[in-house]
This record gives sequence, structure tokens and C-alpha cells, in this order.
Amino acid sequence: MDDVFLLSRLQFAANISFHILFPSITIALGWFLFYFKLRFNLSHHPVWMRIYRFWVKIFALSFAIGVVTGITMSFQFGTNWPGYMERVGNIAGPLLGYEVLTAFFLEATFLGIMLFGIHRVPSWLHTLATLLVAIGTTLSAFWIIALNSWMQTPTGFEMRDGVAHAIDWWSIIFNPSFPYRLSHVLLASGLTAAFLIAGISAYRIIRGDNKKAPRLALKTAIYAASFLIPLQIFVGDLHGLNTLEHQPQKVAAMEGVWETKQGVPLLLFAIPDEKNRTNHFEIAIPKVTSMILTHDPNGEVQGLNDFIGEHPPVAPVFYSFRIMIGVGVLMLAIAWFSSYKLLRNKHLTNTHLYALIAMTFSGWLATLAGWYVTEIGRQPYLVSGILKTSEAVTDIAPENVVFSFTLYILVYLVLMVAYLHTLFLMARKAVQIEEIQPEELIKLNPSSTSQPREGI
Amino acid sequence: MFADQDLPIIFAGLMALSIIVYAILDGYDLGVGILLPLENDKQADQMIASIGPFWDANETWLVLAVGLMLIAFPSAHSVILKALYIPTAFMLIGLILRGVAFDFRAKVAQVNKHRWNQVFKLGSVITSCSQGYMLGSFVMGFESSLTAYLFASLSALGVTCAYALIGSGWLILKTTEDLQLKAIEWAKFSGKISFVGILAVCVVNPLINQFVFERWTTAPFAYFVVIIPFACFTLLFVGHLVLKQLPLKNDSGCWLPFMIIVVVYLFCFCGLAFSFYPYVVPGQLTIWQAASAPESLRFILYGALVVIPCILAYTVFSYRVFWGKVEDLRYY
Repeated sequence: MDDVFLLSRLQFAANISFHILFPSITIALGWFLFYFKLRFNLSHHPVWMRIYRFWVKIFALSFAIGVVTGITMSFQFGTNWPGYMERVGNIAGPLLGYEVLTAFFLEATFLGIMLFGIHRVPSWLHTLATLLVAIGTTLSAFWIIALNSWMQTPTGFEMRDGVAHAIDWWSIIFNPSFPYRLSHVLLASGLTAAFLIAGISAYRIIRGDNKKAPRLALKTAIYAASFLIPLQIFVGDLHGLNTLEHQPQKVAAMEGVWETKQGVPLLLFAIPDEKNRTNHFEIAIPKVTSMILTHDPNGEVQGLNDFIGEHPPVAPVFYSFRIMIGVGVLMLAIAWFSSYKLLRNKHLTNTHLYALIAMTFSGWLATLAGWYVTEIGRQPYLVSGILKTSEAVTDIAPENVVFSFTLYILVYLVLMVAYLHTLFLMARKAVQIEEIQPEELIKLNPSSTSQPREGI
Repeated sequence: MFADQDLPIIFAGLMALSIIVYAILDGYDLGVGILLPLENDKQADQMIASIGPFWDANETWLVLAVGLMLIAFPSAHSVILKALYIPTAFMLIGLILRGVAFDFRAKVAQVNKHRWNQVFKLGSVITSCSQGYMLGSFVMGFESSLTAYLFASLSALGVTCAYALIGSGWLILKTTEDLQLKAIEWAKFSGKISFVGILAVCVVNPLINQFVFERWTTAPFAYFVVIIPFACFTLLFVGHLVLKQLPLKNDSGCWLPFMIIVVVYLFCFCGLAFSFYPYVVPGQLTIWQAASAPESLRFILYGALVVIPCILAYTVFSYRVFWGKVEDLRYY
């Protein structure tokens, strides 16, 4: 039983960690594509179409991986976590159902038109398809974050015979942590996509791409990142305060606070020691954590010792939180510095471009770290206060899980290598493509934007 | 608006709808994957182009079917998926391989493209076989006996062949010239095997499955049981005669094999549904025993009644946009 529990957790963690990387790109990349298409419609300048065409391919690839890895998770609820659906299925089921109905079909169908339909539908319809795909990916985030937030801060239900029954759907969906978590996740996606675009564009420039497209894409992405990062820091702070209100044990783990006390310092670094319930090698700034969390330097912060047996493992939450914050600060610095130089029409040096390349996947790192903070931070519960993770696990033989887990890990490793390889391969291919292509000449002539349909 | 005791029936109906739509739609694109010729890159390109705009939405019907089961019959969801743990894992790996190969193959160098074609084909075969195996074990009530394993393996072959059949029907509809001629041959071949497969299920199933035997020999279901195999065999025979005439001038009638196969699918599915209704897990759980709380079902039902017509509408729209013979696969 313990083996199945650990293995099932590892398997789900591996699945969701791998899965989340791709939606975190596509949710915002969909909106970037819509923006590129709009700019093209307004200016008729082919450079916007070239940017669109390059990024729509990366969108398609990321989207496909996101879809197929997402399907595995909907099956794992049944295969590995039957207790989850038995106890809270009345709540989780409909929310997942709405995700499929309102988001999955919309994005999947219009993705077909967006990718393959440009010569078959009028330009406005293609733009609309792009918009609907972006709306679809965002709606999908809406529903899944609603469910995830409900698991963190459940409201609007009552327990009858150990099973959750819905009373008020509005308060189930708009549960206390939902608005904060959704904004935080959407902004994280924006930053992930922006740094991806900036990084890959910088890579193209370094590889000798003198065309306008990568420079314009880089500029767009940098400005977007510069705008989003302060917003994200602001929303992140609100989210943290919301967590303090509803899940104080999670915040205590994030900040490494063992004893409830006043004037709690901010730990820049420490090694939490859960066995002795203390920290080693603390590097601290006095009173700052109290200041951040209570807006009072002498404010009281609840410590982990108030929640013995009910708080998450401290070290992973503590470290993940610091990684997320660290990456965020780095993002702010490089985005603003780049914007400053671009606004003054200064040339970006090679070192600067290499720094942007190094930051290509910074969004992934921050997203994963943040996700670990919130998900590990909910442990030992699967649904806060209602269902412990250990109560939900399946009773099948551990060998089965070992088998599926090994298979997933192997496939995911191969996929990750193939994905990264293909991403940079596409960038290198783009470097060699001529500036004007015949299809563009067709597109520039408004009378031939849609070709006649062929017969049946 | 909906009485509590009707909700499980409505959801069983919705689930049945999404399963049959899935079997037809993803059936043809899985079939195209199964048939993918590894020696002819040009034809492989055309075949994949014919399913390019659709495969993703087709697969979503599977997610909807599983989702509906998760929503409406959560205890059945866990019983079934626990019993089918390993085949489910295989199916998911198959779906992953297929889905990603589709995109990777279009974006990599020629050498690797061939490799991704192989992955695409392999993924399609794994997915179809595991779905067939799951169907077989379901029919056998998740027994673990040699008969059950044999039946499930037979079902794996049968479903793979049925997908190849509908895939070739799709290709006859969407392609021309050499590839169409090839597809006609594929359809003839897989049609014959499907004929044998359906016959085998009709004979074997009631013999080894007491529950099905009783169901098939008592009225009113007995009438359906007589009609359904008879209709399937007639249709497959007519289909075979049609295939012998194809291709006709101006390519008229190229849609006929696909439509016939769709009707055969519908009949087979009804046959299965009649055999097991009202059980969602054969012999163990009825739809009423497995259903979740009425207030949850109602909440999702109102949404589904609004959204499903929209989904059908834009699905039809998408098929209209890509109506006609396939062009080269081009990404923009």
C-alpha cells in the first residue's frame, strides 16, 4: 500500500510536471499569435505574417504534447486515485466536464482551421479561429484552476456520508483562492511565452539571422515581459496574503517559520531540518517576513509547530518558493534592462542576447517551482481538510504502477529531448529562409486571400 | 426539469453518443495511422494531410467519454480503469506517441521524418489494439481466465481491423489516383476480416458469456439481436460489391464505402449497448448504482445541452472548410 502510494504520487507528479510545461506555453502563446495576426491585418506588413507562421508551428507542437499528456491525467484519476472521485467526484466531475465541453473541443477544432485553413477561409475567419483557440486555452485554464483552487480552499459544499455534495456552484468555482491563483497562473503563462519568444528570437539573431522578424518578435516579447513581471509580483503578493488567510501552514513552510512569533525575519537562505524542527545556516533580514505578511514589522506569524502532523514537508516548499522568487527577480532585471536598451534604440550586445537565450525556459522553471509550492504546500491533504492524499490512492499491485511509471518516464524523456531539439532546429531552419516567399505575395493581394474551394 | 431517476439514463445516452462518435471519428484517423505505408513518403504525407485538421478534435471525444463516465458514474470509472490498468497505460502511451509524431514529423529533417512516421504507425497500432483489448475485457466482465484473455486479444485484432476499415473508407473519400486504388484494396481486405470478426463475436460472445446469452435469447432484445448481425453482414456484402465497382467516373460514389462503414459501426455499437444495458460494469454495476449526485449531474447537464449543439455545429463547419480531396499538408 505504501509502495503504491509513493509510486502513484511520483507518477502523478511526473505527469503533471511534464504536462504543465506545455499549457504554460500555449495559453499565452495563443494570445501572442492573435496579436501577431491582428498586427498583420492592420498593417499588411508581411513581417507579422512571418512571425505568426514561425510561432504557430511551435504552438502546434507544444499544443499537441499538452493535449496527449493531459489525457493521461484524466485517466489517472480512475487508475491511481479512485478515492478522489469517490469522495469529491460530485464537485470535481462537473468542473472537469465543463473544461472538456467549453474548452477542449473549441481549441481542438479551431486549431485545425488555424493551422491548415489559411487558404481555405477568409482572412477574418482565420483571425477569428486564432482568437477562439486563445479563448479555448484560457477557458481550459479557468476550469482546471477553479478545480485546483477548490481543492486548496474548498467552499460551497457539504459532506453527506463522507461524500462531498455541491450546494452552491458559484462559490465552488469562485472559491477564496481562485481569483488569485488564476491570475497568477495566467501571468506566469504570459511570462513563460514571452521569455520563450525572446530566447528563441535571440538564438536566431546569434545564429546570423539578419531579418526583421526575429528582432520584432524579440522586441514584442521583451515589452510584454516588462509589462507582465511587475504585475505578476503584485498578484503573487496578493496570492501569498490570501494563502496566509486560508492555508497558514503553507506560508509557514514557504517562509521556514517553526515557532509562532512576532517580528519574523525574511530568510534569504536556510536549510530546514524537519527532524529537529529548526533551520540551519540561516541568512536572514530581520522583521521583513512580518512586514510582508502582516504589513507590520512586529506582526505575528503562525509557525509550523502549531500544525504538527497537518503541515506539508517543509524543505521542498521552502526551496521551491525561493527558486520561484529568484527567477522572478531575474526576469524583472533582464526584462527591464532589455526594454531600457530597446527604447533608447541601442543595439543588444551578444552577451545580452546570450543572457536572453539562457532565460528561454526561465518561465518553465518559475512555473514548476510555483506549482510545487502550492501543490506540495497542500499536503498531507489532497483536498484541504476533507481528503488526505493517502486516503485516495488505489489498491492495485505496485508492480503495475512501476510498469506504467517507467513507461511514462521513458516516453517523457524522449519527448523532452525531441521537443528541445526540434525547437532549436526550427529556429536554425528559419535563419536560412528567404525574406519573401511566394505565399506571402498571394496573401498581400487582398483579392486572392481565399482560394476557391475544390469540388467534393 | 429532469427527474432524478432519469439522469443516469440521460448520461448513459450522452456517454454512448460520445463513445460512438469517438469510435467513428478517431477510428478513421487511427485507421489511417495503422495503414500508413512506410515505404512511400509521398502517400504517407497525403494520408496524414487528410486527417491533419481533424485528429485533435476527434481525440477530444475520448476525453469527453471518459469525462462523462468520471462525472456521471465515478465508481464505474474507478472499477473499470483499475481492472484495465495496464491496457490503459498502453493506450495512453500509444496516444502520446501518435499525437506527438504527427507534429514532429512535419518539423524535422527527412531522415528523422521517416522515423516519426514509424512512431506514428506504431502509436496508432498500440492505441487500437489496447482499445480493442479493453473492449474485450469489458465484454467479459473483467474476468481473469484464459478464455477472457483470448477473447480480449481477439477483440484487439478485431477493433484494429475495424479501424483500418473505416480508415480506408476515409481515404477513398479524401484521395485520388494511386492512393485511392490502394485504399480500395485495403478496404476490401479489412472488410473481409471485419466480416469474420463480427461473425466470431456473434457466435463466441453468447457462448462464453452467460449474461449475454440470456439477454440475446429473451424478448425484446432477441429481436434486435437477429436484426443487427443480419444488417451488418448485408451492409458489408453490399460494401464489397461497391468496392469492386470503384473508382467510378468523376469519382462519384467515393463517399459510399465510408457511409456504409459508419452504419455498420452504428449497428455494432447498438448491438453491444443492447447486450449490456443497464449495466455500466457488466454483471456488477448498473447505471443507477454507479451514478453520482443528481445536483452535480443537473449542473453539468444544463451546460452540456447548450454546449454540445455548439460543438456539433462547429465540427460540421470545420468539416465543410476542409471538404473535398486532400491537398498537400502545409503549416502556417
